[in-house]
Amino acid sequence: MTREALPEEFYQLMEDLQAVDFVLIELNLYLDTHPEDLEALKQFNTFAQQSQALRRTFEERFGPLLGGGKSFSTFPWAWKEPPWPWQI
Amino acid sequence: MWVYEKKLQYPVRVSQCNPRLAKFLIEQYGGADGELAAALRYLNQRYTIPDKVIGLLTDIGTEEFAHLEMIATMVYKLTKDATPEQLKEAGLGAHYADHDKALFYHNAAGVPFTATYIQAKGDPIADLYEDIAAEEKARATYQWLIDMSDDPFLNESLAFLREREVVHSQRFREAVEILKEAREQKRFF
Repeated sequence: MTREALPEEFYQLMEDLQAVDFVLIELNLYLDTHPEDLEALKQFNTFAQQSQALRRTFEERFGPLLGGGKSFSTFPWAWKEPPWPWQI
Repeated sequence: MWVYEKKLQYPVRVSQCNPRLAKFLIEQYGGADGELAAALRYLNQRYTIPDKVIGLLTDIGTEEFAHLEMIATMVYKLTKDATPEQLKEAGLGAHYADHDKALFYHNAAGVPFTATYIQAKGDPIADLYEDIAAEEKARATYQWLIDMSDDPFLNESLAFLREREVVHSQRFREAVEILKEAREQKRFF
């Protein structure tokens, strides 16, 4: 199965988003056991904002990342289109 | 409910087709201390665990599904270009006979996944100690896999997963302390 090569920008934006979302997962787990750490909470909210901005940039260029109406779709219906995560 | 995101938690790259490595990696897909067992264990225990740690079990259980997807991606990438002959040489002949190149929930030795891999005692301390042990066993497994792998790209992703086990173990240890503290408080009132 051959697929059109993805542009470098795809990988760059994806990696930027993965990096920011990793910080969020890490802070999320930390806050689950340290709910009153205000500094961590501020970091969490700052990164949540960054993540949303990055996701919007990625999606405008390469299609929806989230299913079930959490992301908007371009026409035609873009959600079902590759690449899926294991194909990248 | 859950929301699917069309991205891996961490990038997965492999240097070349390597079905032998895939055969070992499947341990973390359908093995006793693998990611499926982890996700099912935590997401099942959370219903009866005290409120203070439900969030943690939900979040770690959810992350385990992201890890399961990373392992699947590794296995897929390591085997997708392999010929039946190469799979046979790699010890995956029996797998190919039953599944072609489809993934299946079994361990490295081909033993199918079973619910007996996970425990749910209902006692929060017993369950959390089980979870800490599970994370440490998964960390050890990732180390053995890295020791056997000569693929530097793959090892980068495996090292990420190994570190996540360390963090999860740490958070579960904190959860034990939170519950112990709450228990002590009750005793004095």
